[in-house]
Amino acid sequence: MISTSHLLYWVLFPPLIGAFFNGVFSRHLSRRVVHWVGVGMPFISLLAVLTAVLRLTGMGHDASVTATLFPWITVGTLHIDFSLFLDPLSSVMTLVITFVGSFIHLYSMGYMEEDPGYARYFSHLNLFLFSMLLLVLGRSLPLLFIGWEGVGLCSYLLIGFWFDDTTKAKAGKKAFIVNRIGDFGFLLAMFLLAFVMKGDLSFPGIKAAVLAPGSYFHAHLGFVTLVTLLLFVGATGKSAQIPLYIWLPDAMAGPTPVSALIHAATMVTAGVYMIARLNFLYILSPTTMAVVAGIGALTALYAATIGIAQNDIKKVLAYSTISQLGYMFLAVGVGAFGAGVFHLMTHAFFKATLFLGAGAVIHAMHGEQNIWEMGGLRKHMPITNFAFLSATLAISGVPLFSGFFSKDDILYQAFTHRIVVNGHQVLPAWLFQLYWALGLIAAIITAFYMFRLYFVAFTGSLRSKTAHPHEVNWSMATTLIVLGTGSIVMGYVGMPIEKLNVFEHFLDPVFEASAPFIHSTGNPTTMWSLMGASVTAAGIGILLAWLMYAGAWRNFPQAFTTKCKHLYSLVFHKYYVDEIYGALVVRPLMWTRDVLHQVVDKGIIDNIFVNGSARFVDLVGRGIRIVANGDVQAYVAAFLLGALALILIIF
Amino acid sequence: MSAEMIVFWILAIGAVLGALAVVLPPFGRNPLHGALALVVSFIFMAGVYVQLSAFFVAVIQVLVYAGAVMTLFVFVIMLLNLTPEELAQPKYSWYKVLSVFSALAIGFIVASGLTHVLVHFHAASIPATFGNAASVGGVLVKKWLFVFEFSSILLLSAIVGAVLIARKRRS
Amino acid sequence: MGVPLSYYIGLAVVLFTIGAIGVATRRNMLVVLMSLEIMMNSVNLVFISFARFRGDVGAHGIVFVVIAVAAAEVAVGLAIAIQIFKHNRSVNVDEADKLKY
Repeated sequence: MISTSHLLYWVLFPPLIGAFFNGVFSRHLSRRVVHWVGVGMPFISLLAVLTAVLRLTGMGHDASVTATLFPWITVGTLHIDFSLFLDPLSSVMTLVITFVGSFIHLYSMGYMEEDPGYARYFSHLNLFLFSMLLLVLGRSLPLLFIGWEGVGLCSYLLIGFWFDDTTKAKAGKKAFIVNRIGDFGFLLAMFLLAFVMKGDLSFPGIKAAVLAPGSYFHAHLGFVTLVTLLLFVGATGKSAQIPLYIWLPDAMAGPTPVSALIHAATMVTAGVYMIARLNFLYILSPTTMAVVAGIGALTALYAATIGIAQNDIKKVLAYSTISQLGYMFLAVGVGAFGAGVFHLMTHAFFKATLFLGAGAVIHAMHGEQNIWEMGGLRKHMPITNFAFLSATLAISGVPLFSGFFSKDDILYQAFTHRIVVNGHQVLPAWLFQLYWALGLIAAIITAFYMFRLYFVAFTGSLRSKTAHPHEVNWSMATTLIVLGTGSIVMGYVGMPIEKLNVFEHFLDPVFEASAPFIHSTGNPTTMWSLMGASVTAAGIGILLAWLMYAGAWRNFPQAFTTKCKHLYSLVFHKYYVDEIYGALVVRPLMWTRDVLHQVVDKGIIDNIFVNGSARFVDLVGRGIRIVANGDVQAYVAAFLLGALALILIIF
Repeated sequence: MSAEMIVFWILAIGAVLGALAVVLPPFGRNPLHGALALVVSFIFMAGVYVQLSAFFVAVIQVLVYAGAVMTLFVFVIMLLNLTPEELAQPKYSWYKVLSVFSALAIGFIVASGLTHVLVHFHAASIPATFGNAASVGGVLVKKWLFVFEFSSILLLSAIVGAVLIARKRRS
Repeated sequence: MGVPLSYYIGLAVVLFTIGAIGVATRRNMLVVLMSLEIMMNSVNLVFISFARFRGDVGAHGIVFVVIAVAAAEVAVGLAIAIQIFKHNRSVNVDEADKLKY
């Protein structure tokens, strides 16, 4: 019988072992061994997580499990242990990560079947899983940060997995660099916190310090705002929010299961997890909350509009991921932490399913990603169609599918929540309603572009002349069925009925500290009418998509694009944000680089220090070679002359 | 002039003549002659050592130089068996002139500089055992033990080095 | 004790000078080595003289070591001479300048 704290090691370390095994012995392993280890290890983790979470629920309210492996950094008062921590929030995260992760590993077996980098792929993917688990299980901010950087590294490695293609390698670099900007903010925040916390950066430690009567944090709200905003900068990088979202669409260069696991289901939600984890800190600063929710709502809407005009199946899904992450930030920003995490979970299922479905389609179409080459895939690939359709329904917010419950929960709480400090409402009510409105418009657009994608790719008839779509093999099919079913049923754990909302009750202890700051103005009437609005939104979106891409208004998109050419090309080119960043940030940097290169490096360092010293030595050598003629007796003469001179000086 | 003085002069002149015979070209053209002149010089030197009560060192001088080192020299000379053509003519150059001048100047300056200092040095009274094998051995293993052991390592490495250098190379 | 210290030192200086001239002027490497031996012997003479006049037998130990060094040097030097002869067909030091620059 393994103790619960030891079980955490069983959760964390199997993927690391798998990564090590496949990474080191990759050249000497057969495919069978590679996938037995590479796929088996995540499933061991999954079993361990299930056991651990079951035991945790048996421990009653407010229980948590801590496992300290070894003291990691001890400098003066700074004391950081390598310790793991399982509470309801990390339970949810680990469950999602290991469950979705394990099945995506299984799926990869089929998807990467013919790739020469099979072992390398599984090694990276296992390493990612390890880092992600470390991120959510870490008991302190620095440990979370290791996981944070680890997943960034794996993301870089896997985006650039086919690194002999320059654009793919560059996409990896872009992701890494953009993330680095965010991580800088994260690090600064961590240092600031370390000063105030006198070295104790563990989550329970921070929480206790925040809740202590007369704590530093209550007296210095400006400081809290600064720290939380800096942490949020890190979150915008990792979770692809405005303004640092630009790397995620390019990250689609990686293998599709990677996009599903890292760039949809798990890694990109790290920012949401971090804010949920530090909810007691964020709630103290209304400014930060407003910024987080605002960025989230704007991103949700903004990315959704870009999604309309994309033709690459993975690009559409990438922008929809950004948009859905926006919803999650909107949720945590209005204090609906539980709803945010709930949407995180349902999103992990349906977005993973969408990506895996897209992967199956791409696989079947022999690498074709343009949706206008597809069509009629429903008949050729029934299993994929089932999974893709159920996930599309979920993301669009169709009632009784998982996405409906979580998205509706977010919109409802965005509309009704007020943040209250010392009995005063600190943010105006219209702000929350504005956020709700943005979210609702985004919901219409989401339903529209997702069904556009579905109708174009799966209905009608096949447009490509060369492709011969076929159904996927067993490993991919199993995963599609499991996750597709998941994206239907996962919503039922968090139904909007007080008694049945198991999910948020489970999470309550984590968000207890922030509850007094949140005041809900909601009542059943508001709830039902808002739900009606959401359903209508989804309905409008789906109906429009059906009319334009499968129904009577078939010519409308064509006519619209020719008529409003400029608007279309603005959206099609993603509002030229990449180009703007290029002109504002990259160009000046390049210019500075050129100046440094030409003037400082070539002019000063190369000329004077490097070549100068060489030239000096050369000159001295030329002088000395006259004397060093190789005749020993000339040296003896010099020696005797020197001795004579010495004696003359002494006497 | 005391008897000791006479003996010293004889020994000194012998040693210097031997050394000159090694160095000066007319005598030393053939290295074998040079080697023999060197032995003569060293034996005279050994006599000087005896005069200075350094009996043990004198014996070592004869054994090592006249015996071992000279044998080595003679062996090598015969091994190389240099023909008269291979024995190069003396060659003069400006730096050789400079060397000779410097050496003579050093000798002159040191000698003239030291004489009036050394006049005040008088011989110490010494025990009868001074300089015999027992006393030198005692010094070697008590005062200079490290240096003594180190010289044995030096000799060993010289043997190994000499063998390695002089060995016939394959390839 | 009839012979003063300065006589011995004078003899040492003369021998040293002769040796130095030999080292500096003779072309035959074997003779150069012999001249070196003369120089070393003159140094030994200085040691022994002072040992006698100061009544300290300690210097004899150093002389012993100098003799050992001289022997080692001759052994290695002659080995090098043999190698150079194999290479150059001569033992003239002014022709052994292949390693310059």
